Amino acid sequence: MAKTATKQKIVAMTGNAGCALAMKQINPDVVAAYPITPQTTIVEEFANYVANGVVDTEYINVESEHSAMSACIGASAAGARVMTSTSSQGLALMWEELSIASSLRLPIVMQTVNRALSGPINIHCDHSDSMGARDMGWIHLFAETAQEAYDNTIMAIKIAEHKDVRLPVMSMHDGFITSHAIDRFEVLDDADVKKFVGDYMPKHSLLYNPNEPVTFGPFAMPAFYYEQRKQLRVAIDGSKDIVMKVTDDFAKLSGRQYGLFEEYRLDDADVAIVVLGSTAGTTRYVIDAMRAQGVKVGMLKLRVFRPFPAEEIAQALSKLKAVGVMDRSDTVGTLGGPVYVETKAALYNSKQRPAMQGYVYGLGGRDTGPDQIETVIGDLVKVVKGEESPREAVTLLGVKE
Amino acid sequence: MKWNIKDAEHWSWKKYPEGALILEGGNATYYKTGGWRTDKPAWDEKKCTQCLICWISCPDSSIIVKDEKWDSFDYDHCKGCGICAKVCPADAISMHPEGGEE
Repeated sequence: MAKTATKQKIVAMTGNAGCALAMKQINPDVVAAYPITPQTTIVEEFANYVANGVVDTEYINVESEHSAMSACIGASAAGARVMTSTSSQGLALMWEELSIASSLRLPIVMQTVNRALSGPINIHCDHSDSMGARDMGWIHLFAETAQEAYDNTIMAIKIAEHKDVRLPVMSMHDGFITSHAIDRFEVLDDADVKKFVGDYMPKHSLLYNPNEPVTFGPFAMPAFYYEQRKQLRVAIDGSKDIVMKVTDDFAKLSGRQYGLFEEYRLDDADVAIVVLGSTAGTTRYVIDAMRAQGVKVGMLKLRVFRPFPAEEIAQALSKLKAVGVMDRSDTVGTLGGPVYVETKAALYNSKQRPAMQGYVYGLGGRDTGPDQIETVIGDLVKVVKGEESPREAVTLLGVKE
Repeated sequence: MKWNIKDAEHWSWKKYPEGALILEGGNATYYKTGGWRTDKPAWDEKKCTQCLICWISCPDSSIIVKDEKWDSFDYDHCKGCGICAKVCPADAISMHPEGGEE
């Protein structure tokens, strides 16, 4: 890590309080949000900032998440810097508008605190909410810790609003595990964040240029629609470079360098786990323990899930012998979770590629302890030794048989 | 900014503004909606009192007025909604099935 370039304060805060603080430092023009566990404390805390007059934000109280995202789209089209936050069913209720926000190229930033989708109804962590919205044209960033959740929030605004991106960004952290546990992390000065994110001036908006009228959201018949979707694909594919540029700029400011993913002890590894979110911390702990026993194991922790860094992942994993991909969401009715399926597909055309098997874990907040990670690594070692063939079917870790 | 959108349906994806925006006002005239019509309005000069309530009421600006007098229907854009016939206090406008006897 680079040396810290600017003065920072060490705080003890929950991940949600950290995100609310980042929003305060960004000082968005408009926030339209509806409370839902486990995201509620973000909008609650931010409402305090509004009530106390420390931000200039117009806070729109809405009657549902459907209205929250609709209000965000309207405000963003008007030219405002817009943020919101949701979880689970709230995100599901926003679904209709998610693809409108991306297709209109509106740089809305949303804290998505991952929670299992109903049903049965559950309030605890898994990634099925945001994974269900993975193909909606939003950039998806995942955080392992409160530090990363705070940092990603600040970077998300700059990525979203970049002139070569102009796409909405979802910034994820794990419900309760990261959102409600008090963590120690560093926060930047308000002035540093203000300078880093800069002012937002949209290229086109409904309000800024009355002499240049513009239509947002016109009807596109078959002769026009397809080309708009191509534009969206090109935009989100191209955003990968900007994500990294903003990430590198942020490293210069904060001293905290992130990537599209983190490679942990992967250089000389035979086997590896691909994972995202808070379970990466547990995985790191198990890897250290198993390395001490002579097992050459590493981890690839995904930070940027959309745009999916397929090429970079293929490059990082191709030399390994066996890889286990862990998904905290199940894509029922197909081969396994989305991270597994896409990681496997990313490597299919590589000349050299590892054996790969998929694991689902921790659905609905089921604890994922070191024992489950050890199981995965043990399975992979068996595959490398030829004692087992790679499994075609996905393995559900920790389910009661 | 004025577009030449005559061949817009053959444009490359690169040519459209980002986000499918339309960067020009007053362009509804390019889109001919007359083909949507099932009933067509007809005007009776003898009954018309030139009150022009039809002109005020038409949602598609399809009543053309010249020199403060009723002139014609814009059949390129009239969708045949029949509001003009309904609001006319003198029954000077009547609706007839499109393609039927005039």
